[in-house]
Amino acid sequence: MIGIEHYLVVSSVLFVLGVLGIFLNRKNVIVILMAIELILLAVNINLVAFSAFLGDLTGQIFAMFVLTVAAGEAAIGLAILVIYFRGRGTIAVDDVNRMKG
Amino acid sequence: MIHVIAFYLFAFVTLASAVFVIMARNPVHSVLWLILAFFNAAGLMVLLGAEFIAMLLVIVYVGAVAVLFLFVVMMLDIDFAELRAGFVRNAPLGLLIAVILAIELFVGVVANSTGKAALGTPDGTGAAPVGASNIEAIGALLYSRYLFLFEAAGIILLVAMIGAIVLTHRKRTGVRPQNVADQIARRHDEATINTRPEVGAGVKL
Repeated sequence: MIGIEHYLVVSSVLFVLGVLGIFLNRKNVIVILMAIELILLAVNINLVAFSAFLGDLTGQIFAMFVLTVAAGEAAIGLAILVIYFRGRGTIAVDDVNRMKG
Repeated sequence: MIHVIAFYLFAFVTLASAVFVIMARNPVHSVLWLILAFFNAAGLMVLLGAEFIAMLLVIVYVGAVAVLFLFVVMMLDIDFAELRAGFVRNAPLGLLIAVILAIELFVGVVANSTGKAALGTPDGTGAAPVGASNIEAIGALLYSRYLFLFEAAGIILLVAMIGAIVLTHRKRTGVRPQNVADQIARRHDEATINTRPEVGAGVKL
């Protein structure tokens, strides 16, 4: 029978794949943003799995809030990407130092 | 039995497409694999009995976020081959950190499943009412106990929308758009008048 551990393992592997994606595609900010989406999806699977197996809906409510923040983050990230591309003509982000931070 | 088969199918396809998201040479393919991953994650959520979150994943992630990614990838003219230059060079460090992270997470899962890490029990405030469907129960909880968080989520979306518009909007020169302020400030006595003067009488300026 499928227990909570199965879902936790799936979500852990998904999380690790997301982190690995950030490292592998350090230059390509679009794939980095997609890897962040994978990480947030892993978190959502975790929240919903615990919510279902503990019989408490709070996890699903918070999965919804994670989804909200993910949508906002994608919109802002892609907007920054578009203006960065307009100014530089490339999206290689491994040497971003325009603000000298 | 069908539940077990469905779980392994959804889990396998989700993880396989996540691998392709981070390994694909072309970001357009990455986005399409991401959509497949979201669909199968939605399947996992249906298996868990969270139909509302599953539908939200399909509508919000696949319908909005992934399509937004697709638009941006296709709109920008990017040399993707050049962006993959450091792929092999970055791989060892990334794999090392990924393996360490995976081991830590599996230790956590094993500690949870063997009962070494006690989770505590829910206090019952989030329990679904008897006989209510998933979406009814979520609605009852969301519009009562989490009302202010819900409104805060709305404000986050509003700020994200305004921020995206402000960031990407640019004033273009060389075009003559409608000037609403001028149109409203126009007065009748400044306007051009159409007269019909007699022949030889001339016009008054």
